[in-house]
Amino acid sequence: MQRRVTFDNRLLPYLLLAPQVAVTLVFFIWPAAQAIWQSVHLQDAFGIRSEFVWFENFTHVLGDPNYLDTLKVTIVFSVAVTVLAMGVALLLAVLADSKIKGARAYKTLLIWPYALAPAVAAVLWMFIFNPDIGSFGRALRALGYDWDYRLNGGQALVMVIMAASWKQVSYNFIFFLAGLQAIPRSVIEAASIDGAGPVRRFWTITFPLLSPTTFFLLVVDMVYAFFETFGTIHALTQGGPGKATETLIFRVYQDGVVNNDLGGSSAQSVILMVIVIALTAVQFRFVERKVHYA
Amino acid sequence: MATVEIRNVRKSYGPVEAIKGIDIAIQDGEFLVLLGPSGCGKSTLLRMVAGLEGITGGEIAIGGRVVNHLDPKDRDIAMVFQNYALYPHMTVFDNMAYGLKIRGIPKAEIRARVDKAAEILELGRFLDRRPSQLSGGQRQRVAMGRAIVREPAAFLFDEPLSNLDAKLRTQMRVEIKRLQDRLGITSLYVTHDQVEAMTLADRILVMNHGVAEQIGTPLEVYQRPASLFVAGFIGSPPMNVLDGRIDDRGEAVLVPGGQRLPLPRPRPTDAGRPVKLGIRPEHMAVAAAGFSIEIELVEALGADTVVYGRLPDGETLLVRMAGIPTVRERDRLTVAPQDGALHLFDAVTGRRIE
Repeated sequence: MQRRVTFDNRLLPYLLLAPQVAVTLVFFIWPAAQAIWQSVHLQDAFGIRSEFVWFENFTHVLGDPNYLDTLKVTIVFSVAVTVLAMGVALLLAVLADSKIKGARAYKTLLIWPYALAPAVAAVLWMFIFNPDIGSFGRALRALGYDWDYRLNGGQALVMVIMAASWKQVSYNFIFFLAGLQAIPRSVIEAASIDGAGPVRRFWTITFPLLSPTTFFLLVVDMVYAFFETFGTIHALTQGGPGKATETLIFRVYQDGVVNNDLGGSSAQSVILMVIVIALTAVQFRFVERKVHYA
Repeated sequence: MATVEIRNVRKSYGPVEAIKGIDIAIQDGEFLVLLGPSGCGKSTLLRMVAGLEGITGGEIAIGGRVVNHLDPKDRDIAMVFQNYALYPHMTVFDNMAYGLKIRGIPKAEIRARVDKAAEILELGRFLDRRPSQLSGGQRQRVAMGRAIVREPAAFLFDEPLSNLDAKLRTQMRVEIKRLQDRLGITSLYVTHDQVEAMTLADRILVMNHGVAEQIGTPLEVYQRPASLFVAGFIGSPPMNVLDGRIDDRGEAVLVPGGQRLPLPRPRPTDAGRPVKLGIRPEHMAVAAAGFSIEIELVEALGADTVVYGRLPDGETLLVRMAGIPTVRERDRLTVAPQDGALHLFDAVTGRRIE
């Protein structure tokens, strides 16, 4: 049964919707429209004139071998962040859901990182991993491991993946914990009486019943990895060394803001948008079928 | 099939003792009902047998094997939960087959066992459905089916009928009884419903505050309640309880208002002892002499009538009469207990005086 809310005042519902609509228009529709418009234009170096160039920007971007490298970095980065953030969060949520001492404090602490601005979080990671002043970085070097993410692209990628995942673990944790707590205890008990040990209970009962949460987080985390990790990367490595940690979103910024190629940057934004829309559509089309909504 | 022995079992939550030493040996194939009000510890005791709660003290043995430290999966029991606890993401078939698959039983045998259970429970048409597509009664059957396909040593029922409406509950009660008679599997059944207890049980264990008030057949518990608590809990409407005193010759009970009710046999040793006197409403009858009551309320139930009367001292006295009402509110009536229908309890401890 669906509930219908009715308003006496005809204007009120529109008024209540207005802030959200305004935010969407100003911060999403307007920039997106602008990106599309700019992606088919070429600006001169001083930003005075622009010329309609059809899809020249796109062919240029897609023909650039560097762009494909960036795409590869993005795929590795996004898959790693999504898997790591969800895996760690699920593990922590399962532990927090079981009866342990100090569960409340533990839960609160786990939620904190989410309140941190990406740049602040990045500085925090720098204090840990910087090879000169970071505690862990120095320890690695003291142990004879040649740790310097400023020079080693692989190490840099590992570090931004960890930093980006860490921030998203909190968010995932809250949802996983809520999802776990929504599973009736008696269903788990029934499974243990039916003869299932803890591992089998998790994979045959808990995990399937958690699938709506998992699916939701999969979509959210992927969007996060594609778009919202800009701040973390910018603060930690600026896409370097070389282009080892340059993801698509970071390159959009790099080409547009730093290199002043607004047309090329906009074309990249549009490509990025299409990729994420396509991925989300694929997830809804194929993954959601396996989701059990109770 | 197996015996279930509960030996001086205790359960504490910190300083609070929820179960204070229960002792009972359940015979192979016996149907034992754990009956008591909410919070009396009956569900906790059942969950301890299942292995879902730890045992603070004492021993539980299933089929002669002490199971105190065994996981639920190793106890060879099946349980039916109050909310059914079906696996919502599995079909009815998979719900019933889950435990069998885990035990590595061959596919063909699983199919055969589930089909047989489905036939007994009339679930054949629903095997491909999910629990959410079933009615409450059907879910209840699936929960039963999941228990019986396992062919366990014992069935544990935790208030399995309390989520059903009254009509279905009666129907399922009869089915459970039939099923248990047919399968002959030792069963422990928790309920707070005395009708379920009376109709299903071979023996009833009446629990209160973590203590077994009485263990006996349904009729023993009804006819010779071991304590005031049992007397009040079994029987509907509840037993009338009056303050009284055995007279100086030990031949009768004196109740306030001057009534003198002769005892079935004299008990001179108890002369002068204060007692609680119990009389079931159905053992009261209209008489020439006896309690004089003013009728406050008449409940016509069809087959019989419950009369709420007020004694001169203000106490309420319930009388149950056969058939439709023959009296009206504010009428005066004289009633007396039938011969031998007196229950005497110690005024302090509430225990039965034989």
